[in-house]
Amino acid sequence: MASSDALLPISAREEDPLLSDGSRSDPNAETHGRRRPVKGLLAVSFGLFFIAFYVALIATHDGSRSNDVKIESDGTATTVSRAHLAGVSEKSNDQLWKLSGDRNTVAFSWNNSMLSWQRTAFHFQPEQNWMNDPNGPLFYKGWYHFFYQYNPNAAVWGDIVWGHAVSKDLIHWVHLPLAMVADQWYDANGVWTGSATFLEDGSIVMLYTGSTDKSVQVQNLAYPEDLNDPLLLKWVKFPGNPVLVPPPGILPKDFRDPTTAWKTSAGKWRITIGSKINRTGISLVYDTTDFKTYEKLETLLHKVPNTGMWECVDFYPVSKTLVKGLDTSVNGPDVKHIVKASMDDTRIDHYAIGTYFDSNGTWTPDDPTIDVGISTSLRYDYGKFYASKTFYDQNKGRRILWGWIGESDSESADVQKGWSSLQGIPRTVVLDTKTGKNLVQWPVEEVKSLRLSSKKFDMEVGPGSLVHIDVGSAAQLDIEAEFEIKKESLDKILGDASATEEFSCQKSGGSTVRGALGPFGFSVLAHESLSEQTPVYFYVAKGKDSKLTTFFCADSSRSSFANDVVKPIYGSSVPVLKGEKLTMRILVDHSIVEAFGQGGRTCITSRVYPTKAIYGAAKLFLFNNAIDATITASFKVWQMNSAFIQPYSEEAVRALSRT
Amino acid sequence: MKMVVVMMIMMVMAMVSEANMIEQTCKETPDFNLCVSLLDSDPRGSSADTSGLALILVDKIKGLATKTLKEINTLYKKRPELKQALDECSRRYNTILKADVPEAIEAISKGVPKFGEDGVIDAGVEAAVCEGDFKGKSPLTSLTKSMQKVSNVARAIVRMLL
Repeated sequence: MASSDALLPISAREEDPLLSDGSRSDPNAETHGRRRPVKGLLAVSFGLFFIAFYVALIATHDGSRSNDVKIESDGTATTVSRAHLAGVSEKSNDQLWKLSGDRNTVAFSWNNSMLSWQRTAFHFQPEQNWMNDPNGPLFYKGWYHFFYQYNPNAAVWGDIVWGHAVSKDLIHWVHLPLAMVADQWYDANGVWTGSATFLEDGSIVMLYTGSTDKSVQVQNLAYPEDLNDPLLLKWVKFPGNPVLVPPPGILPKDFRDPTTAWKTSAGKWRITIGSKINRTGISLVYDTTDFKTYEKLETLLHKVPNTGMWECVDFYPVSKTLVKGLDTSVNGPDVKHIVKASMDDTRIDHYAIGTYFDSNGTWTPDDPTIDVGISTSLRYDYGKFYASKTFYDQNKGRRILWGWIGESDSESADVQKGWSSLQGIPRTVVLDTKTGKNLVQWPVEEVKSLRLSSKKFDMEVGPGSLVHIDVGSAAQLDIEAEFEIKKESLDKILGDASATEEFSCQKSGGSTVRGALGPFGFSVLAHESLSEQTPVYFYVAKGKDSKLTTFFCADSSRSSFANDVVKPIYGSSVPVLKGEKLTMRILVDHSIVEAFGQGGRTCITSRVYPTKAIYGAAKLFLFNNAIDATITASFKVWQMNSAFIQPYSEEAVRALSRT
Repeated sequence: MKMVVVMMIMMVMAMVSEANMIEQTCKETPDFNLCVSLLDSDPRGSSADTSGLALILVDKIKGLATKTLKEINTLYKKRPELKQALDECSRRYNTILKADVPEAIEAISKGVPKFGEDGVIDAGVEAAVCEGDFKGKSPLTSLTKSMQKVSNVARAIVRMLL
């Protein structure tokens, strides 16, 4: 059954900014022209103006502001979160003034040597310009396909079209021509994010958001022009687009990022699309048999008050028992479902584990106190990581996660260097079968193919030590490490009733602040003088409950002398089970550092822009800043090769087509 | 007569509620007076929704950047010893004009305000860095400080669109 809204002309839905607030519309300013004595009219006018002034005075001094309290659709009244106004985006003038005040005795400007070093060796990025969300990832006829939001004209967001690249192994990519451009009225203002679905016959449909010529967000259908072309170079847009327009109650600019579809037990395909109603983030559900006409379900997949707009919603099953990926349509008693959304307000990707009810297309979280989008709810990544999307890799039976890693520098540096943004190294995603309460992510195995020479180390590191780890070049590294705090040190702290503390990576001052049992870890992209460095570390704290909590942090606060980059301290607590050693893995690739704690239970991506700790001057250190504790560290460091991502060329594509 | 009265009440209410719209919006920004003065003085302010108000502020950023670039150009001759810092400021303010402003306009108009937030925040960042480059002896202080203030107000309004 077609969405009834599909029959309404798009223009009826657009918001004309001049008329959007009905009370201001003034359709008939003309008078009827009936004659009246001028004096009487003047008196009336004056009277009205006095009333108006009075009303204005009252209204502006009104104590309880109508903005403060919103009545949600379920009748509860909630106060609007001030956080959304105060802004929790890491970039801010305030941060900058604080940063430029200290450590900055010289006027700083970027030179080409510093900027060109920032480009990564083995992370996906286009040859130039701006990239954002991953789109429609899939595996087909021997190739992994990756599409992405791309600006062909500038190193900032805008003029968005779909870029395209292919790889045999998710690591070595070849750039291809643009897959889709803004050439129809229904995507004239942007070919935005979308997802791919495989049909039973093995063919592919792509659903994506178009910003129409009137800036309404609609969903469109596209498919490969030639399924015999393994490179899927050309895409055809369904002539009947758009297939979905914003439904009643949803604003024309709050309707984007359709998911991969999954099969319902009734044999239909089902998708979900994020949106919001006032400040409640929601996910709408539609059923279809042909991807051309849709039924909107009465129910929402889920909603969470006060979380704002849900972008890039993702919904997929995970096995409760097996460490493998599942096709998006899998359901059953041994399966949990993940709902993930990108929070527009905070630029954080949150997910929650829960149960899916196929009969009415709803989902409930296992733990509502950490429901999707609540600030304390789980994140794929505690650093710079947004608009992420998974896909089922039927080639190797795994679910793979892509995440957009934006820049943390100024736009003038992006313009100067000619590019902006990376994708994270693709990660496998599974449920943590040991805790049952979180996902575990890990860089795809194929990244190991980049490992060159390695060095192995085993050492005991006393409190307050710093060890230079000589591995030669230190800007492209893969580090796997295991740490143990010596038993005597642990026992001492556990036995000391007063040794409790509150700790958070963000608020406890960074890696130079010493505690009883930490911080200890590696300092990457470090200058030998340590004037620039990026520590990645564990911090073990004893809480008031006398239990030890382990935190995993990445501190970029001293990563660079530059005064126009954001230098946050990221991190979170990480579950450590009885008998486990503390493990971390770090991928260093020029201006990106990806850190994985406890096998990927807590992941942190950082962007760093050193000005001195670059090229041969970038070094690696091991450190232990604990006050008393001695730690043992056992680790291996590999040099990482470049992935030699190939620029687009017709000859390369022809050569690939023949393989 | 009744029609005329009703009409006049409507007109007055419209004017009052529009004035309220600007004031209500500006109350949620870090600089109420600056916000009101920027929006009131612009003819488009009287009938704009939040998105429109945000775009007016982006326009103010654009105007201020243009004005600052002109000032930078005259300073090359007046204060040749400041060339290095002026070069850096010129680069930064050109970024505001050529990258931040177009990004913000497109993002706000198309309903993906977070990229608009990036653009307006960056305008403030570029101004702050330019100011810092003079190591306390800036000839552009009032202009760079204005840009940071306008950027903060613009950002608050753009966040209302999220």
